[in-house]
Amino acid sequence: MARSDPDAPKRLAIIASKGTLDFAYPPFILGSTAAAMGWEVGIFFTFYGLPLLLRNYDPKVSPLGNPAMPLKMPFGPQGFRQISWPIPAIVEALPGFSLLATSLMQQTFKEKGVPSLLELRQLCVDAGVNLIACQMTMDVFGFKKEDFIPECTVGGAATFLEFAGDADVSLFV
Amino acid sequence: MAEVLQPDRVLDCSGLLCPLPVIRTSKAIKEIALGQVLKVIATDPGAPADMEAWARQTGNELIDAHEENGKYVFFFRRLR
Repeated sequence: MARSDPDAPKRLAIIASKGTLDFAYPPFILGSTAAAMGWEVGIFFTFYGLPLLLRNYDPKVSPLGNPAMPLKMPFGPQGFRQISWPIPAIVEALPGFSLLATSLMQQTFKEKGVPSLLELRQLCVDAGVNLIACQMTMDVFGFKKEDFIPECTVGGAATFLEFAGDADVSLFV
Repeated sequence: MAEVLQPDRVLDCSGLLCPLPVIRTSKAIKEIALGQVLKVIATDPGAPADMEAWARQTGNELIDAHEENGKYVFFFRRLR
């Protein structure tokens, strides 16, 4: 994965460390777009970002502890959709609220023309993005290699750093 | 200028938001021959800036970009 050719394409290295629906988007959006621009892309999925590579991953989002997240309705008249609902944190903590927020965000994204997370992940796979699953996180949280999509490779910090050492852009999400 | 350009392929990205217009464009341009022209239609307000950046990064030529009936229209020539 080292690079010596000066004419090699630009390289993007991303660490994906969060697994909620909202934070799962940036690595896949940036990765697929960079690949579409002809860049070489590697994403290292570690800690809570590792589940983004699970075969059956269904990420959730919660406004609890996410105070800047606007809570708007994806249906109804325009004025109604503009309202950012002031929900008290104690209500956000109720069972089922995260499911509600997840469903609202997914519906909003779909309606606006943003692809689903799994579609974006597939775009990355198709574009040859190097998806690296963190071996250490796998062991710590009790995952098996078979739990993950077959297109990912398994590696550790040194694997990622060798790739990132020659990157033009490095991001931590 | 756009009127005299005859695209070899037309890609409609209406209703799609970032990053899909750029990704679909990069796929479509690989399906035409070098020197041929791809016309892309988009409604994403971020498309004008993104399409320019994509063309610069990939080394393909953005021949023309304009608005038509509330939509953004781009003509690219495949150079690479």
